Amino acid sequence: MDRPPVVALDEVSKSFGAVRALSGVSLRLLPGEAHALLGENGAGKSTLIKTLAGVHRPDAGQVLLDEVPQRFSGPADALAAGIAIIYQEPTLFGDLSVAENVFMGRQPLGFGRRIDVASMHARTSELFSRLGVRLDPARPARGLSIADQQLVEIAKALSFDARVIVMDEPTAALSAHEVRRLFGVVQALRAQDAAVLFVSHRLNEVFELCQRATVLRDGEFVWSGPLDDETPDSLVRRMVGRELSQLFPKEDTTAGEVLLSVQRLTREGVFTDVSFDVRAGEIVALSGLVGAGRSEVARAVFGIDRPDGGFASVRGKRLKHGSPTAAMAAGIGFVPEDRRQQGLVMDASIERNTALASLGRLSKFGLLRRSSERALAQDWAVRLRLKFSRLSDPVGVLSGGNQQKVVLAKWLARKPSVLIVDEPTRGIDVGTKAEVHRLLSELAGQGVAVLMISSELPEVLGMADRVLVMHEGRLVRELSRAEATEERVALAAAGQVDS
Amino acid sequence: MRNLLRWETALVFLLVVVALTGQVSTDGSFLSGGNLFYLGLDIGEIALIALPLTLVIVAGEIDLSVASVLGLSSALIGWLWNAGWSLETIIPTVIVAGAVCGAVNGLLVTRLGLPSLAVTIGTLALYRGLALVVLGDTAVADFPASYTSFGTTPVPGTDIPYPIVLAAVLAVLFGVALHASSFGRSVYAIGANEEGARFSGIRVKRVKLSLFVLAGAVAAIAGIVYTFRFSSARADNGLGLELAVVAAVLLGGVSIFGGKGTLFGVLAGVLLLGGLRNLLILQDTSTEVLTIVTGLLLLVSVLAPSVTRRVASLRKAAP
Repeated sequence: MDRPPVVALDEVSKSFGAVRALSGVSLRLLPGEAHALLGENGAGKSTLIKTLAGVHRPDAGQVLLDEVPQRFSGPADALAAGIAIIYQEPTLFGDLSVAENVFMGRQPLGFGRRIDVASMHARTSELFSRLGVRLDPARPARGLSIADQQLVEIAKALSFDARVIVMDEPTAALSAHEVRRLFGVVQALRAQDAAVLFVSHRLNEVFELCQRATVLRDGEFVWSGPLDDETPDSLVRRMVGRELSQLFPKEDTTAGEVLLSVQRLTREGVFTDVSFDVRAGEIVALSGLVGAGRSEVARAVFGIDRPDGGFASVRGKRLKHGSPTAAMAAGIGFVPEDRRQQGLVMDASIERNTALASLGRLSKFGLLRRSSERALAQDWAVRLRLKFSRLSDPVGVLSGGNQQKVVLAKWLARKPSVLIVDEPTRGIDVGTKAEVHRLLSELAGQGVAVLMISSELPEVLGMADRVLVMHEGRLVRELSRAEATEERVALAAAGQVDS
Repeated sequence: MRNLLRWETALVFLLVVVALTGQVSTDGSFLSGGNLFYLGLDIGEIALIALPLTLVIVAGEIDLSVASVLGLSSALIGWLWNAGWSLETIIPTVIVAGAVCGAVNGLLVTRLGLPSLAVTIGTLALYRGLALVVLGDTAVADFPASYTSFGTTPVPGTDIPYPIVLAAVLAVLFGVALHASSFGRSVYAIGANEEGARFSGIRVKRVKLSLFVLAGAVAAIAGIVYTFRFSSARADNGLGLELAVVAAVLLGGVSIFGGKGTLFGVLAGVLLLGGLRNLLILQDTSTEVLTIVTGLLLLVSVLAPSVTRRVASLRKAAP
């Protein structure tokens, strides 16, 4: 195992504005190995991959290929140097044939500089046979399954003589059978001395496929080593391994009647048979990985998306499908995931944004009473300690934390009995975060039923009375406050069942 | 907001400039009562249709079929008149037909999720075609003078044509709807961020549909005005008028991308466009030049905001 690495990252750092995505991260990929890259959401995996791919240029540190420092000025450079990335959902040219996709821009030419279709097809078939799969080079790429599209991308990588192949969550959209075939391809690549970097949240796949792993946490290098002596538990501990400090624990409340009840809610291909209750005074966290279907459940409950089956009810009354207005009338408030796109109208003023969900009650005979609108905005600005200069300023000039307060104000102004918050503290500073936590705790104290979606485990454990864990569109685990630990939640989110 | 105010100030300033140049270059006949009466007549339909179209564009959509709805209404008036209907029944019928035309646009946009640009280009041709089917290339002109005088005489004791009175009344209604009602707030929110509006419980589809219906109904009213003004119901009435209306709305500072604009600005835009056209007509300019000027104004009003923004950002970049 002491062969020099094919590719290595040496103390690489990368920041986006004030956010440090990677700080001093190192990674060594050996020839012929499958190497797992592990970490929670936001640990820096994507940034690391994009640095390898030449999309990002590191602020500090370097990328070494065969121990020679490289300066990639773009993805084309990285590909020419033999580093290929296979994304979760490849983007092929649907109208072109498989072979044309593989040789895009480098088609073999024959007499008179015309494309030599026969040789292109022959070479594509040869690439597929090296991977041990069969795929018709002449068929159009449109209609291929995602698994087959990935194979086309891998064949394309081979046609570049790629020696490093990065697979970013390749199995997320594959069936069990397709996963087996992909694993076979990875073995074939290893046999040809290529290095495979495998990013996956599915730990059982990692253990089956990979020999070594590297763990990132909050943009920092945590650990790298062989997987022989590791267990899923030990890996999760490395990925989570945070101190449970700086939390704002929710005060204990006695849970009252069931306010929000979700029964067998299903949206085909997105989430299946999701059932749970949220009681007055309770904060229930919906946990899981990005893409597990948490936000989608919230959207369906609020009526943004129309579910295919099941229903949500408030105080026993079923909500009309696909109608946010009905959900609001029933007392639901929804602080969505994407503040800029869904939560606010960025060009509009603070007061207009605050009033946007309360237009009906601020109007008389359809005419808006501006004094009431201003009074409402003023009142909530004071109560949430909003930092602003004028209420007529566009909300876009505020900091992220203060923008989030405006979204909260907009919903709290309606005095909701059920409040759904999706990533309520994403991208906001620590101080405001604590204020938001206190606010949610107070609301629960006043008898509001709070459903909180959060990717931050400390937040989930600190705030929630109960934790519901979703994995690939299903509720897989329910943990009480006493049962919930970072390891248990993370294991359930990764599809592992512990005892 | 401040930028918009500046744009409207600029419009008023331009209006004054056009009025003064007009006054000087025509030896005082530009601002004479008689000419103002004809100017008012000339912009009547544009002013009417610009009102609902402002709301449509603020909501981030567009309706290019308005002039064809005008033509279809005109053809319907002629056809029903020939069929022996009374004008008292014809007028409400035609307005309802216009609303139906608008509803078809609105349903195609909101229910099928098609882009309004494509939908209303289609119905632009469709409604004009229907107008030709209804009336062919004949003209119906034997309307009673009590109706046609509506378009040829001013309000007694003034130089104000009746269509302008109608437009003014509707302008107040539309102004209140856009700027002082919860409905207007929804329209701005939809235009600025449709997804955000939906997440705020605004019934986006219903609001949009109602805007298209309004646009159709008002275009039909404009068709009635047009028919009586020229005392002639023809299928090709108002051909190409959508260009002038869209130009006036954009000139008035409404963003083609939605979410921005005021009705006051649009009224100034209508006056400016009408004033310029009137002035050119007084100078015996050909209609080709008029079309060119309208097109250029449209381009300028679309370009102006992005140019000013670029200038502003350059200024910010070089401290």
